[in-house]
Formats: sequence, C-alpha cells, structure tokens
Amino acid sequence: MLVYLLRRIGLAVITCVFISILTFIIIRLPPGDFVDAYIASLAASGSTVSLEQADAMRRDYGLDQPLPMQYLRWVGRVLEGDFGVSMVWRRPVAEVIGDRLWLTMLVSLAALFLTWAIALPIGIYSAVRQYSIADYIFTTLGFIGLAVPNFLLALILMYVGFRYLGLNVGGLFSTEYVQASWSWGRAWDLAKHLPLPAAVLALAGTAQLIRIMRANLLDELRKPYVVTARAKGLSEARAILKYPVRAALNPFASSIAYLFPYLVSGSIIVSLVLGLPTVGPLLLQALVAQDMFLAGAIVLLLGIMTVIGTLISDLLLTWIDPRIRLGGR
Amino acid sequence: MSTTVIEPASSSGSSPPVGDPGNAAAEARFAQATQLQLTWWRFRRHKLALVSLIIVVLFYLVAAFADFLAVSDPHATDARRSFIPPQGIHLFDEGGFNPHVYGLKGVRDPRTFKLAYTPDPARKLPVRLFARGYTYHLFGLFETDIHLLGLEGGGRSDGIFLLGTDQLGRDLYSRMMVATRISLLIGLAGVTVSLFLGVILGGISGLYGGWVDTLIQRLIEVLRSIPTIPLWMGLAAALPNTWSVTQVYLAITIIISLIGWTELARVVRGRFLALREEDFVVAAELAGASQMRIILRHMLPSFASHVIAAVSLALPAMIVSETSLSFLGLGLRPPAISWGILLQDAQNIQVLAGAPWLLSAAVPVTVVILAFNFLGDGLRDAADPYG
Repeated sequence: MLVYLLRRIGLAVITCVFISILTFIIIRLPPGDFVDAYIASLAASGSTVSLEQADAMRRDYGLDQPLPMQYLRWVGRVLEGDFGVSMVWRRPVAEVIGDRLWLTMLVSLAALFLTWAIALPIGIYSAVRQYSIADYIFTTLGFIGLAVPNFLLALILMYVGFRYLGLNVGGLFSTEYVQASWSWGRAWDLAKHLPLPAAVLALAGTAQLIRIMRANLLDELRKPYVVTARAKGLSEARAILKYPVRAALNPFASSIAYLFPYLVSGSIIVSLVLGLPTVGPLLLQALVAQDMFLAGAIVLLLGIMTVIGTLISDLLLTWIDPRIRLGGR
Repeated sequence: MSTTVIEPASSSGSSPPVGDPGNAAAEARFAQATQLQLTWWRFRRHKLALVSLIIVVLFYLVAAFADFLAVSDPHATDARRSFIPPQGIHLFDEGGFNPHVYGLKGVRDPRTFKLAYTPDPARKLPVRLFARGYTYHLFGLFETDIHLLGLEGGGRSDGIFLLGTDQLGRDLYSRMMVATRISLLIGLAGVTVSLFLGVILGGISGLYGGWVDTLIQRLIEVLRSIPTIPLWMGLAAALPNTWSVTQVYLAITIIISLIGWTELARVVRGRFLALREEDFVVAAELAGASQMRIILRHMLPSFASHVIAAVSLALPAMIVSETSLSFLGLGLRPPAISWGILLQDAQNIQVLAGAPWLLSAAVPVTVVILAFNFLGDGLRDAADPYG
C-alpha cells in the first residue's frame, strides 16, 4: 500500500515537473523575450524605456542567464506564488486569474459527477436489457455524443436556445451577480447555471462510460455466481445490483483518471463558446496577445490541478478496490 | 503463416464468419482462407462498419476531387453576395426538365435603405454539368477548369449557392469541399507521425522491456494526464505570425500528433508482449532468424490489423483536434480552409442567428468522426480473426 502510494505520488510530482518544463517552453517560444514584449507594450502606450533600464530588467528577471538557470529561477518564483505580471492587464497574474481557476475546476467536477450520474443507471439498464429498443437508443445517442465535439454541441445548444427559446444560455451567473461578491444568492445562482455547461461537457464522457459499464456488466452477468444467486431465489434487483454491478464498477472508477484531464481540456473550449467566466477565454486572450506569463500560469495551474485531481481519484480507487490496495494489480 | 489445424468455428466462442456452421463446404472454405480473407469476412458482418467504410471512402473521394466538385472559387470574395441563404437547384421549368437557379437582384430595404441582394425568380440561369469555372490543378498536377456543376451565363455575382454564402460572399458549399480535403489530410498526416512515434516507441518498449519499457510507459502516463487543449493552444499560439500557411500546417500536424501517439504505442507494446511468447516467434528464433526478420516477417502480419484498427480510431481524434484549434483561431490560419475555420465564422451567436447555415460545416465533422469510430470498432473486432 505504502509503496503504491509513494510510487503514485512520485509519478504525480514527475508529471508536474514535466508540465512545468512544457509551460516554460511555451513561455519562451515566441520570438523576443519578456522584456522586449514589455517595452513594446509600454511604447504602444506612449512611455519609453532606456537601454540601461531594459538591461536592468533583464538582469532582474535573470534573462541574461542560460535557459536551464532561467527555468529554475522561474520555478522558484512560481513555488513562492509569484507568477509574474500580466502584460495586457498590468496586474499580477495571480490577481487576474482569481476566481476563474476555481470555477474551471468546479465546472469540470460537476461534469464528472454528471457523467457518473447519467452513465451508471443507463449502463446498467443497457446491459440488463441488452438489445432492447432502449438499449439501441442509448447506444446510438452515446455514439452521437462521442462523435460530436463538445464545442459543436455547445454552439448548437446556444443557437437553439437563442432562436427557439429566446434565451441566452451562456455564462455562469445572472447579470446582477456577475460582479457581486460571494454570497448565498450568488452561489445559488451559480448552481442554477451550472447544469447546462456541465451537461455539454459530460456528454462525450458519458457515452464512453456507458459503453464501458455495459461491456463490463455483460461480462459479469454471464458468470456462474449470478446464475447461483438467481437459482437461490434472490430478487432480480438484488441479484444484479449487489454483486455484478459492484464488480463491474472497478474499471469504471479507474476511468476518472483519464476522464478528468479530458473534461478540463473540454471545459476550456466550451467556456469560450458559452462565455463562461473560467480560465478558458482568459487563456485564449492571453495567447492571442502573446501575454505569455499569464498564458503560462494558466497552462501550468490547469495541468497541476488536473494531476492533483487524478491523484485523488487514484487514491479513492485504492480505497474502493482492494486488489490495488494489496499491491496485486 | 499457414494454419493447418483449425477448430470448427462454432466451438471457438464466436459465431462462424460464413453461412451455416454445419455446412462442410463453408467449413473447408474457412479452414483454407487466408488471414486477410478471414478478417474481411468478419468485418463484413459488422454492417455499420461496412457502411462507415463506404462513407469514409466517399469522404476521401470528395477530398481528392474537391475543386472539381466546388462550383465557385472558394477564396473569391464578393460583398454583393454576402449572407445569401442556401439556394436549391430548381429541376423543372414550365413542365420540362431544365435545371436552373435564380440570379441575384439588388433590393433596397424601405426602412434602412440598405441594398440587399436576394434571388430573383424572374432571372433564371441554367445549370450545366461539367461546366467551365475557375481554373485549378486536379491532384495538383493537371490544370483544368471543368467543374461538376456550373452556370451558363449570368453576371459576376451570380452563382449556385447550395449552402449559402458567408459574410464575405464566399460560397459555403465550395469552401466545404476544399475544407474536407485539408481537414482529412491533416488527420492522415497527424496519424502518420503518431504511427511512426507509436510503433517505434511502443515496439522498443515491448521488445526490450526492463527500464526502457518503464521509462516509456511512465512518459505515456505523464503525457496522458496533461489536459491537452490548453497545451496545444499554448504551443499553437507560439508559432510565429510570419510563417506561411504550409509551415503552420506542418507545425499543427506535429503538435496534434505529439499526444496522439500514446494510444498507438500502447497497442503496439501490448501486441509485442503478447506475441513475444508465442510458439511461432520462439520457433523462428530457434531457427536462427534475425530479430529484424522476426519482427517484420513473423510478428508484423499478426499485429498489423490491430494497428490499423487503432489508427482508424486515432484519426477522428486528430480531426477533432485540428477542428478545435482552428475554431479557436489558433490552428490553421486563413486563407487556408478547414472545417474548423469554417466553424469559426459560426462562433458569434448574433451572426449565427442571422445565418444559421454557417453551422453546416458541423455536419461533415460529425459524420466523418462517427464513421471513423464505427469503422474502427468493426476493424478492432475483425482484427483477430482466429479469436
């Protein structure tokens, strides 16, 4: 157990380091360095920077040192919680991101739970009533859910909402709450807006999970112990729910690990379409404006939060599945 | 690889690939069939996959003949025909067969005094097959100006608008044909790069095992736990503005295949591990075959079908990636035309409400992804015809 735990945490740390290197590459990729861009943005607003000042800034940010040293300095700053200054907003990156990161995670988590809540009963139903009409309908819907990229789904939903229902389905808050500080009213308002983006995000994952759940449960249902349970006169619901479903759930639980990064990824692009106040639109703006510190911070934070989320789900899995806990696998 | 002894199909767990299991002739046919035949027989039973195969082939035909199928220059802008709704081709006229479309007529809005161009039923323009249009290079080689459909006569702004036009007056149908080519090709190119990486790294991983295997497997785990879209966005946005369309195209291909190889590597590694212990591989080893020969001559034929199945499942993911990136404005850049770029126009809800036909590029995306998924499923089931 302990070995597994340490291995798992070690892997998470390696992943984080890897993400940080990739992020650093992204920050450094655009031509010119941060100071060049900063001077250009200052020049655009009328003020100038002397060469000495520019050199001082370069020294200050360590831009005169070799790349590995720059990377270490940058990581050091990030670990202290200093992500640098956003050039477009002229404010510290942490301040610009603010709530948005948490809202991103909230939307992704809501999508994850929704995926489960939908996929579990439908998966069970499809397996128990294999080849029934409803099974075919769910399978077809599932395939369509799998095939339609979720930003397209968001677009179509927006259009339908706008055209036929006269609604503006975007956003996470009603207008009166957008700028408000946190209160019960605002939280409730958020809860009311959450289901739609969560549902859009959840669809593809749900389709996948239904197929996994259906296949797993079908395998289990054919096993002799189910026949025994039935022969002993257990009620149908008990004979199915008590053992086969639980056995089929294990691979289901492990699917969080790959589903979560996927949902976070999807939330970025769905947020853009639906105009959600998550980091998605901010990331796009930052990238278009080459505001690399802000963009880098978002990529890094999203990556790390995803790794942590995956880690938690894996730890939960060890709790559910004794085979992993005991090191069998 | 010859298969001298084969158990009756009906006892192998799955139903036989052909006809009645009791039929001796069918059984003999089954026993003598090559692996390719067996795979085909099994694949053929998967009706949905078969239909999907046809759809995919049709899509690639469209890609090959994109310019021939287009009716007007996909890059030609014309302010006068901005946002024209889709126009059908009227097949009959005054009782006789005479396919035609309506010409455009400028109408001044009585309230806003804006000049708007709408189809004018009074001006009928005949549609001809194999008509002359803008010049293009078929397969990039032969210069021609023959198109499947074209107008006879008509002014500069007249045209066949099967799917309507966008804001700049470009014909959406023609653009969609050309976009099909670019979107499908980028999927193929991405899969090729992924396949190369996946086969090499997965092969090394499965063949050598040990710490090399551990290292590559950890790398795959790390790559898979990163949310891809933000990463792609970052990498794509970092491409210099000065790059040409082709350079961006290649760069985007590499970016989207950076993650895509992991699944292929897993499949290849899994097959290598499974086959390494097989009797025929051991036999080849004992017979003194070189490692390269064992891999290419003995192992490759038995896992090629699995790789093909994995590829056909990886392709739609590539296409979605390109579409998403271009939709965000970070992928291919105009004047390149891809499905993502077409959908970019549909991003704004106000525009969309006035011109819903801009969403029509969503249809080929969905259909092709669905078809590839079914095809991949069918291939995966058929990949192991002896199973």
